[in-house]
Amino acid sequence: MLEYTEKIRTIARKLLEKGTVDVFIGYKKGTVAMMNEPVLIRDPSDVDLLHWDSHCGLNLCNYLTRRTDRIGIVANGCNSRNIVTHIIENQIKREQLYIVGVPCTGMIDHRAVKRAAKNREIREVSEANDTFTVSGNGFEETFQKKDFLRTNCAICLHRNPVEYDEMVADPVPEQEGVNPFKDVEAIEKKSPDEKRNFFTQLISSCIRCYACRNACPLCYCPTCFVDESRPQWVGKSIDPVDTMTFHFLRAYHCAGRCTDCGACERVCPVGIPVRQFTKKLNKDALELFAWEAGISTDQRPPLDVYRVDDYNEFVK
Amino acid sequence: MKNLLEHIGMEPGRLHFSWISSAEATKFVEVATEVIQAVKDTGPAAYLIKKRAEVA
Repeated sequence: MLEYTEKIRTIARKLLEKGTVDVFIGYKKGTVAMMNEPVLIRDPSDVDLLHWDSHCGLNLCNYLTRRTDRIGIVANGCNSRNIVTHIIENQIKREQLYIVGVPCTGMIDHRAVKRAAKNREIREVSEANDTFTVSGNGFEETFQKKDFLRTNCAICLHRNPVEYDEMVADPVPEQEGVNPFKDVEAIEKKSPDEKRNFFTQLISSCIRCYACRNACPLCYCPTCFVDESRPQWVGKSIDPVDTMTFHFLRAYHCAGRCTDCGACERVCPVGIPVRQFTKKLNKDALELFAWEAGISTDQRPPLDVYRVDDYNEFVK
Repeated sequence: MKNLLEHIGMEPGRLHFSWISSAEATKFVEVATEVIQAVKDTGPAAYLIKKRAEVA
């Protein structure tokens, strides 16, 4: 995966020098290990900032919304699906974009690594083929990447970009025999009481910072329902009921749009697996509407079209 | 929406959806009776009810 960095830099330099794009959006190495940051580059001499490794967990599509310039952007499987979603929701035009496709073998869960490193401070991280090495004050440990994939990457079925102008490498093989909804099925088997306890526990540490919303490329409303005060849709307190209302409504706004990119979970400061809400909706979209978000720019999403044979069983 | 709410623990009998035309009085009565019965069977709601004072 590491050789992608050079390739991305070369492509970005070419695009910026030729003037094909006004700005190039990619990742740069963060100031903290395992935390790559998004970066917008306008000057070709800055392209060496660009970086790619297994810690590019944020979704760059967030930076596309309603831009009017020409943009080059790095996109792996899930990010490219979000770009497609942006295009069909008229947030950006395909003609404005030059998509640099990156075949992805998954991103690393920084929390799992921290736990494995016994919560010692990780100062450096390096990667080689299927392993990565973390080091800090007086320790160095090497792990297998496959054991530390983020949970959404471990079940990913779209590792290769669906939409691109240029690929940095040949597509990687897609994972087979993965059931992405194992955990959702386990919850579905529970009784209403157990479900309630499960989800109440799940969000009990939520501090309502809305990082999950801010990191989500789907959440681009000028005023989010949680910030609105006239009318006030949801209480702003940290009452567990308000928090639950926020979480299920946030998830519902992503119904049929979520690509399971995992940005929400990555940014949660208290580590809530918030994807448990959106995943149920992804499962429903797949089962009831045979729909996966962001696969093609030619199809309208299920909540945006009417079909006579639409799923209707819940309506009396 | 119904699926999601039930997924996070709302009882199946509590939430109902219907589409009734203003000309369908009989259907309105039927659905209303059905909803009342279903909700009574489900019992008092405990979930997603704010017990603390509204502050905002």
